[in-house]
Amino acid sequence: MTLIIEQCLNGLQFGLLLFLLAAGLTLVFGIMDLVNLAHGSLYMIGAYFAATFAAWTGSFVLGAMLALVATLMVGMAVEVIAMRRLYGRDHLDHVLATFGLILFFDESVRLIWGPEGMSLPLPSWLNRSVQILPGINYSAYRLAIIVVTLVVAVLLYVLVMRTRMGMLIRAGASNREMVGALGVNIKLLYTLVFGLGAALAGLAGLMQAPILTVQIGMGENILILAFVITVIGGIGSIRGALVAAIFVGFVDTLGRAFFPDLLRMVLSKDAASTAAPALSSMLIYLLMAIVLVVKPEGLFSAGQK
Amino acid sequence: MTGWLSVRNIVIVALLAALVLLPVYVELGGNRFLLTLFTRIVILALAAGSLNLILGYGGMMSFGHAAYIGIGGYAVGILAHEGIFSGFVQWPVALAASALFAAVIGALSLRTRGVYFIMITLAFAQMAYYIIAGLARYGGDDGLTIYKRSQFVAPIDLSNKVQFYYVCLALLYGSIYLIWRLVNSRFGLVIQGVRSNDVRMRAIGFPTYRYKLACFVIAGTLCGLAGALLANHTDFVSPGIMYWTRSGDLIIMVVLGGMASPFGPLFGAVALLLFEEMLPFVIKLVGTPFFGEAAARASEYWQIIMGPLLLLVVLFARRGIDGLLAKVGAKVRAKVRT
Repeated sequence: MTLIIEQCLNGLQFGLLLFLLAAGLTLVFGIMDLVNLAHGSLYMIGAYFAATFAAWTGSFVLGAMLALVATLMVGMAVEVIAMRRLYGRDHLDHVLATFGLILFFDESVRLIWGPEGMSLPLPSWLNRSVQILPGINYSAYRLAIIVVTLVVAVLLYVLVMRTRMGMLIRAGASNREMVGALGVNIKLLYTLVFGLGAALAGLAGLMQAPILTVQIGMGENILILAFVITVIGGIGSIRGALVAAIFVGFVDTLGRAFFPDLLRMVLSKDAASTAAPALSSMLIYLLMAIVLVVKPEGLFSAGQK
Repeated sequence: MTGWLSVRNIVIVALLAALVLLPVYVELGGNRFLLTLFTRIVILALAAGSLNLILGYGGMMSFGHAAYIGIGGYAVGILAHEGIFSGFVQWPVALAASALFAAVIGALSLRTRGVYFIMITLAFAQMAYYIIAGLARYGGDDGLTIYKRSQFVAPIDLSNKVQFYYVCLALLYGSIYLIWRLVNSRFGLVIQGVRSNDVRMRAIGFPTYRYKLACFVIAGTLCGLAGALLANHTDFVSPGIMYWTRSGDLIIMVVLGGMASPFGPLFGAVALLLFEEMLPFVIKLVGTPFFGEAAARASEYWQIIMGPLLLLVVLFARRGIDGLLAKVGAKVRAKVRT
């Protein structure tokens, strides 16, 4: 029972983390109609910045804040230098250009930080477990991730749906020229949105950093998961991203934790232990296939394409 | 001047002839490494050509094309591991497995279009990657060594490097011809019609989904053949050959060479792989007089140049090498006329 609750919380934590990535991806796609493969690179850069700044300042929180600002800056710089020229072009162009950016970022990181990878140690006040229910302990840090991501999700909702900037963002999504003609600096707005997406990816990266090692290519695997989430949730829908991210987080975590045992009940022990790793990594893709068969546009399609 | 004698055709004929004559040059004392490199280029050109069929002619932006290289390669690798070396078994199985995978993936992915299609093909290819990386019996992450190349009847011996090169080259030229015939057939015209306007094609009565699926399966099967060749070439298969960046490389080859052009993928494969091989040397050569040791170190990081270069190609040379040749040809013709 303890294990199940713990794994459920892990699933929720992973799902919410994925949401941060998928939200940035879907925001950029929904508003600028831009496919950004380099989103995973921003996640990686966030983690590297955090590890560096934390070692530099000696404080985890301060390092994380600095890393967040730095990733935001990198994101905005990327938008101004490269992305801006890609709006309104073919999606294939986006794919190629951002693929080029991935190569660039991976090599830059190798050049600056070396190929070994880094680790980001947790401060002692986070590196312990807390009692969440009588008799059940859970990692304080993972709990902190859940709280932070939930707060960010709420802030994001308020920003997009309740503020003037959010209104302009949504207006820009439906008609870029018209918003520009009404005297809004749409270029700046897009730069800010792209920076926001980058910061969300960076936040996900720096929060994941203490759990995994910080290494080159760390953003690529998780980027694919973020893609799966945007497809399931419906591209351009933040609400869809949230639901799908939590769903995928649960399926992936619980699948890896319990699927091998389930399989062992049906198959022989040998067959189960060979098939389990392959099959449990397939689960989320099967889920995606089912969603596609039922609703090709995703669960919460924004309805605009 | 006749229509045939254009700059583009001269370059094409020169390239095709050079590829045929390459082993002769190597035998006459050229660098043996060239043969290995060009076998690889030829195989990847075959894979890129199959991608061009769906990406260039069909307008289907598949980002999971490397999966078939992996499936074709692993079909050969797994059969060899189980003691079946006959190429008459291995290759048909490789083709059939790729075709089957393409049929399943295509049937699901083609229900969507645009960005969804890109992301879904990518995700499914990654799924195949994880499945194969999870096969502990066949090496898992570490890959699988192939101790014996595919066996065919007597005169054909794939472990002879020159023979193997010519087999690959023959298959490449055959595939270019096949694709050329295919896209100019009624089937190919429907596929190209779908690229420009799917809705209209449906309105005049073509079941476009079936046409696209058939095209998708043909491309996947051809790429599976490239996978079987690649496994024989390296005597080794690992999940790395089907990692998603490999799909990205294939797309780069197609776009760099020129989409929807019969020889484009060949141009692209030659250009990209030669570039990859040469860039570190060029950086070292040009940089050393100015920066000394630093240039040698910088040459390890050549991808830092590759990335932005790709961006520039996308921004400024959208029609690729094929388009460039056509442009040069037009200029030359204008000059000749005046």
